[in-house]
Amino acid sequence: MSAAIRFLTRRKGGKGWHWTDIVTWVWLIGGLFIMFGPAVWLAFSSFKTPQGLAEFPPSILPYVTQQVKVEGYEKPLMLYNAKMPDGSTRVLAEVRRIGIVSQMVDPKAPGEIIKVNIGDRQPVREVSFATENYTQPFMQFDFFRYLWNSVFVTVTATLITLVVNSMAAFALSKYEFKGRNLAMLTILATLMVPLSVILVPLYSIISTVGLFNSLWGVILPTVATPTGVFILRQYMLTIPDELIDAARMDKASEWQIYWRIIVPLTAPALAVLAIFSVVWRWNDFLWPLIVLSRRELYTLQVGLSIYAGELNVQWHYILAMTVVTMIPVVVVFIFLQRFITTGIAGSGLK
Amino acid sequence: MGSITLTNIQKSYGAVNVLHDINLAIAEGEFIVFVGPSGCGKSTLLRVIAGLEKVTGGDLSINGERVNDVSAADRGLAMVFQSYALYPHMTVRQNLAFGLENAGMPKVEITQRIGEAARMLEIEQYMDRRPGQLSGGQRQRVAIGRAIVRRPTAFLLDEPLSNLDAELRVSTRAEIAALHARLKSTMIYVTHDQVEAMTLANRIVVMRAGRIEQVGTPLDLYNQPANRFVAGFIGAPHMNFVEGTLESPNGTQMLHTAQGDVLHLPQHVESIAPGAPVTVGLRPQHISLSDDQSGFAAQVKLVEALGSETVIHASAFGTKLLAIVPGQRRISTGDTIYLSYANAPLHLFDQSGLRIATVQTEKGYSPTFV
Repeated sequence: MSAAIRFLTRRKGGKGWHWTDIVTWVWLIGGLFIMFGPAVWLAFSSFKTPQGLAEFPPSILPYVTQQVKVEGYEKPLMLYNAKMPDGSTRVLAEVRRIGIVSQMVDPKAPGEIIKVNIGDRQPVREVSFATENYTQPFMQFDFFRYLWNSVFVTVTATLITLVVNSMAAFALSKYEFKGRNLAMLTILATLMVPLSVILVPLYSIISTVGLFNSLWGVILPTVATPTGVFILRQYMLTIPDELIDAARMDKASEWQIYWRIIVPLTAPALAVLAIFSVVWRWNDFLWPLIVLSRRELYTLQVGLSIYAGELNVQWHYILAMTVVTMIPVVVVFIFLQRFITTGIAGSGLK
Repeated sequence: MGSITLTNIQKSYGAVNVLHDINLAIAEGEFIVFVGPSGCGKSTLLRVIAGLEKVTGGDLSINGERVNDVSAADRGLAMVFQSYALYPHMTVRQNLAFGLENAGMPKVEITQRIGEAARMLEIEQYMDRRPGQLSGGQRQRVAIGRAIVRRPTAFLLDEPLSNLDAELRVSTRAEIAALHARLKSTMIYVTHDQVEAMTLANRIVVMRAGRIEQVGTPLDLYNQPANRFVAGFIGAPHMNFVEGTLESPNGTQMLHTAQGDVLHLPQHVESIAPGAPVTVGLRPQHISLSDDQSGFAAQVKLVEALGSETVIHASAFGTKLLAIVPGQRRISTGDTIYLSYANAPLHLFDQSGLRIATVQTEKGYSPTFV
């Protein structure tokens, strides 16, 4: 423990502070806020009530005004700290507000109405987690249906992506043929075409082959990614050709060379692509939204958009479900992050 | 089983010819070494034989059958690569088994063959390690083991010792020789190290710029090099060459160098016309130090005392001359010494580099120098 503290408080200036120490601390703490702050805010806000979300100025922690059941009143009343004309402060429950005057009662003696200027009262607040933001959607919203659709799309698309892209990368890195570089360039050039440009033709293809309103219609157009081919090809170029020659001498077929030599040796790059692919497919919104029009086929991201109606946006549910949909991606990252660093270093990309 | 015949083999990459008209017959059980400077096409020739490169012209036959269009896998050859090319993600056992599994061999036989090879190469204790956990020498053995388990028609070895340190290279060289004696299979070995070639080969193939310069036993190449290139390549340190024109003013032939020095020949060589440009080749080992002032004078440029012998870098006949004399001598840089080439073969090469004749000087040969 003391070693950790010594490590953290280590300074270039020795006993004093060197200016780089200050820059480092400011930079790191600033970075922490910029990177981690929004995520923390999202997580806390997902526990706020709709009133809490609408509050200005906004708070980080989810606060609610305490309420109390007062005899003689049907609904629970809000509690306030009210300043009395004599300077003392009393905890009162608000019955109603008329203009700038609030009619309040003492919860212990509900008979007498006390009039207080609204400027002289402060709500009694406490931290409270609105877990119903999470539980309600699980009851009403078809969460598990959407989750299953998302998992199916993500896992299937990732597996097909890995197989298809690694085959293409193998051919483009280890076989000499005419037009190899042209093929590679063409594949890379498609990186410059955004989805929105090919949306309409893609849609007509999907609907012609009858994949409209099918999860396969979401999966198939996305599996061949130029980025994936590029990452894997660059990695495979570093595998020595002598290994392939050796395998050929060992009577291995081309398929065996691919499956038993190339694929295992490309594992780090495949892990990187798997992470990318999971993140891409899990967060995909536009394309699934276009292909899927039946509710039971919605993926989570499309399903979430239900909460954003034309007139009314149910932010508390959106935030809560956003947190839920983030969890798998975060878990994938935590487990595979070491591959990302080694793999990215190895493939010399990004 | 194991004879390989190359007839007019040609290989070109586009317009670049890498191999020109290679003709070679390799007998069963022979240890053939391809040697030559880097870029001479020896590795390409090996890859052509292996089937990893397609021949552009000529015929390649193994055991009398033309194999030009047979794939590498079906030629029945095994190759040991310079980088060993062991599969890094497999254990030693899996590395050895890979080729046999692909050939569809029953498990029992695979286990038996691997066990045999492991015993022979003493790699039994590393069978479950990965190549990354082995030292260079151990990887080398595994690479050879992977070839042995296949029981190939012939072994192809592409500079297998070049990644080992000097000491290990010598011991592994002896092991490869022992392995050949034991397996009695054909081996084709590529190296640029002429010491490896001399010690291992039954026959050496000296190559230069895609052509075979000479084929012969190590001592044939040493004693009767076909041309100046082979003479310079075989033997360490390399042969000394003195260039000049051959003249015979009074019946004895003498080599006149451009600087006006004269080198006497002990015999009259009829086949050389007077005035023809000739190069005389003399191995450093055949030069001796004269105790009296007979022989020719030379300026010492550098002395390398190796203990058992002394290497003298000298200049004489207007050129650099290397001499190796046995024992330890008190000679230092700048001295003038007298060297003789008594009891030594002199190789005479014509202008195109071909050897015309080799003349032997007698024991006490001591020509008078003008």
